[in-house]
Amino acid sequence: MENVKAVPAALQTKRIKINFPLNLRKLFKQSIVLVLLALVWEFAPLTGFADPAFLPPFTDVIQALWNLILSGELFHHFAASMVRSLSGFALALVIAIPLGLTIGWYPLARELLNPVMELFRNTAALALLPVFMLILGIGETSKIAIVLFACTWPILLNTIAAVGNVDPLLIKSARSMNISSFKLFVKVILPASVPTIFTGIRMAGTGAILVLIAAEMVGAKEGLGYLITYSQYNFEIPEMFAGILTIALLGLIINQGLSMMERKLSKWKQQVNG
Amino acid sequence: MPANEKIRFENVAKSFIVRDPKQKGATQSFTAVKDLSFTVKEGEFITLVGPSGCGKSTLLDLISGLSSPSSGRICMDGKEITGPGLDRGIVFQQYALFPWKTARGNIEFGLEAKGIPKHERKELAEHFLSLVGLSAFANRYPHELSGGMKQRVAIARSLAFNPDVLLMDEPFAALDAQTRETLQSELLRIWQKTKKTIIFITHGIDEAVYLGERVVVLTPGPGTVKKIVDIPLKHRLEDADIRSHPEFVKARHEVWNLLHELEYQGAYI
Ligand SMILES: Nc1ncnc2c1ncn2[C@@H]1O[C@H](COP(=O)(O)OP(=O)(O)OP(=O)(O)O)[C@@H](O)[C@H]1O
Ligand SMILES: [Mg+2]
Repeated sequence: MENVKAVPAALQTKRIKINFPLNLRKLFKQSIVLVLLALVWEFAPLTGFADPAFLPPFTDVIQALWNLILSGELFHHFAASMVRSLSGFALALVIAIPLGLTIGWYPLARELLNPVMELFRNTAALALLPVFMLILGIGETSKIAIVLFACTWPILLNTIAAVGNVDPLLIKSARSMNISSFKLFVKVILPASVPTIFTGIRMAGTGAILVLIAAEMVGAKEGLGYLITYSQYNFEIPEMFAGILTIALLGLIINQGLSMMERKLSKWKQQVNG
Repeated sequence: MPANEKIRFENVAKSFIVRDPKQKGATQSFTAVKDLSFTVKEGEFITLVGPSGCGKSTLLDLISGLSSPSSGRICMDGKEITGPGLDRGIVFQQYALFPWKTARGNIEFGLEAKGIPKHERKELAEHFLSLVGLSAFANRYPHELSGGMKQRVAIARSLAFNPDVLLMDEPFAALDAQTRETLQSELLRIWQKTKKTIIFITHGIDEAVYLGERVVVLTPGPGTVKKIVDIPLKHRLEDADIRSHPEFVKARHEVWNLLHELEYQGAYI
């Protein structure tokens, strides 16, 4: 009995011994350059290498960020941006995925709509911003609409491609079992398409933030984009950098979150370098 | 219809519309198989050999009902085949497993198509996994299995929904010699146990002779039956060295001759 108990315990210590330094090393590798960058940022203005008026020391920026958090101002702008980007993003999901599945499933629809989609996909969303503002005003609608527009294309095109690229052999194999077209769609086409669709979703997630910030910089009274331009006009440079840092972090979090979901949903796909 | 007849080919031909290389935009008809007439007996293990491109896979698509003949007809149990059905199970050369489903999930797919209730599906899947010796791998995804294992899962999947006829298109072609031999004898064992009619396509003469009670030799495209060779081997599984048995050697030689005769003729056409 004692022996049986002793073995797993021994294994456990061994595993911890191997893993712990490995994790530390990974953390070190991932953060060392970032830390160095922050140090350069901190000391460049202090040593006169950069003009402190335009590039305040890193700690000043962190201080400004902290103040913005304490005053609730940051959260206010952050929430405004989140509501806009999430609404536009969610609307794009609801519209583009079903539409893409339909277009992908019917070759005729694909042929008819391909030229239009090619045209729109190659139109930079920001180039259309003035049009959106003309038609929808400078309120929330135009901002959500531009996010919706920017998110729609990657999701739509990836969904269409996903449905079109399902391995014909799998379709053949399923059809040989005499299943209905509806079942074929739900049980084969859809699951086979998930990874490619999700790549589109991840691209849209990154695009959503980018486009929104730009839109907020042009015409808005709140939001992270507004915070940045407003601070710049009032020469509150540390606050401006605090806003930029927040956006960078937000983009990172969104991308990481979507990547994680993508990996989870595509775990059946062979990992090329896994 | 004779009592023990399972599948009958009556003057089956299949042609495809292909682009005409001489005229831009024009099409022409290409005959893949023609004048196919033969019957497969109930419970028989029949193998089809023929050179690459002679229309073997085309023929299998026709039997499975995934495509229909341009002329002639194929009957199963006296009724013309008009579409796919679960009375026929197919094992493709490239496995064709659903990569997002585990080994068990793949087997359950066919059972679900048949409308078998959920709790029975799991049990049946487990049974057929053990039949092909993969009980321990039920929860693996296809990309986590070796080629031979994938092909076993594919065989188990086709057997699980209990078809009358098993159609196999060069299922062991991509495997190494050792795995192939193992799976060949496993397939024979399964055949003896389940009494299914098996139509097995191959381009391996050895494989055709070892597995088939009869070997159908096809001509190069357009494919048609050149000759059907009876293989009077009795104890394929019991005799470890059946491949050097005089009957085996004789049969293999005959099939070899038939195939090479065709090649020789082909060179002069
Ligand atoms: N959908 C199609 N359209 C046009 N031609 C086709 C089509 N399918 C098959 N063919 C042609 O029919 C012929 C027979 O093809 P098939 O795939 O049946 O050959 P096969 O005997 O299975 O060959 P292999 O041993 O290489 O698998 C080939 O010449 C092929 O080019
Ligand atoms: Mg073939």
